[in-house]
Amino acid sequence: MPSDPREQEELAPQPRGIVEELVRDDVGRKKFLKAVGGAGAASFGAFVLAACGSSSSPTSTSRKTATSAAGAAAPAAAPSVPTSFGAGDIGILNYALTLEYLEAEFYAKVVAAKLFNGSVGSLVAEYGQQESEHVAAIHETVIKLGGTPAPKPTGKFPLTSAAAVAKLAYTVENLGASAYLGQAAHITSPTVLAAALAIHTVEARHAATLATLVPGGHVTPTGAFATPANAATVLNAVKPFIA
Amino acid sequence: MITDRLANPELAEVEVGGVTRASFLVRGAVAAAAVYGTAAAAPFVSSALGATTDIDILNFALTLEYLETDFYQVKAKTVGLAGQAAHDVSIFGKEEAAHVAALKQAIKQAGGTPVAKPTFSFPVTNASSFMNLAYTVENLGVSAYNGAGPLLQSKALLAAAGSIVQTEARHAAAIGLLIGKSPTPSGGFDTPKTMGQVLAVAKPMIK
Repeated sequence: MPSDPREQEELAPQPRGIVEELVRDDVGRKKFLKAVGGAGAASFGAFVLAACGSSSSPTSTSRKTATSAAGAAAPAAAPSVPTSFGAGDIGILNYALTLEYLEAEFYAKVVAAKLFNGSVGSLVAEYGQQESEHVAAIHETVIKLGGTPAPKPTGKFPLTSAAAVAKLAYTVENLGASAYLGQAAHITSPTVLAAALAIHTVEARHAATLATLVPGGHVTPTGAFATPANAATVLNAVKPFIA
Repeated sequence: MITDRLANPELAEVEVGGVTRASFLVRGAVAAAAVYGTAAAAPFVSSALGATTDIDILNFALTLEYLETDFYQVKAKTVGLAGQAAHDVSIFGKEEAAHVAALKQAIKQAGGTPVAKPTFSFPVTNASSFMNLAYTVENLGVSAYNGAGPLLQSKALLAAAGSIVQTEARHAAAIGLLIGKSPTPSGGFDTPKTMGQVLAVAKPMIK
């Protein structure tokens, strides 16, 4: 990790680059637009590939057969998250837990910094509370499945101004939504999948509303089809926010 | 302790473990039939009643996307939208139309036949009632996709549905913020709906 001490002004624009990178992702918008708009010319395969991301595995492992916790990791599929998080659904949950920890801490610090007042302030506090609920729910689910919850990382966030923080929040939420979307097809247990979907759309709701606080923000930054992000992309993007 | 906290009602509600695909669907369909009678609900409900394949589920989703597209691209013209609402509705309408195109394509590629576009009737007369119904319809879409997602057999289709539902959630939240309603009406966890529950809300708008 580059350890050059960036100035705070430089940190703020950086997350924006991440969003743009996600938007430009080769499995992203263009492919979708081509697949969807090409009236017959586009193949179903392209549509599906775009939705899955390149890491998708076409193994026929059934979700139904894999109910026994970590050991249920699809044997033929490459892990969708680094093995340090654990195997199978537990690994995916621990990856999500790590992201949720960061989001929750970020909002807690934003609220403590009193950067927002009024309705925006309430909204930010509410979103922070929801991220904390995600942490608790995922933490518990990992234990339920017999796994060990990932440790809480220590975050570091540049809280320089309301504008910069809004932009960062927008970026982080878009990233979170992309991260969940990137894992959905890799989840084995229907229960875990249902929970992940329930959280996924809440992250999207956060991102869409934060867009209104950001100049150039978009409710749907990638258009009709949201873009998934794989774990490597997401973890690289959040690296600057882990102490 | 943390163990107690995950007796979190929201999460408990999304649990589908132990519930078979069939009983999950049947429960929803029975609820729908109780409200409308099987005959009244006929074409739309048939996919819910008999939904055992991914194609059935996609056709169910396609019907909702037809509804949203018609609402934004046809009905919207009659209610005098202005400002941010007009701007959002214009964009959202195009995105719903893209969902229709994608789902039709997906159904054909999977060897199925896309359902025909129904005729819709929306009980709105002005910009305010229009935006309120838009909020309802978008939230309905989110709960429909989230409910159907775990039922999809194809992981590829699941990923595609996930991509679409994220967009629906974004629409719902933006509209909520605009009209002074909660962007997160179910709190930290969006509540899924069975197809039958979705039908109960959507059917009155389908002629």
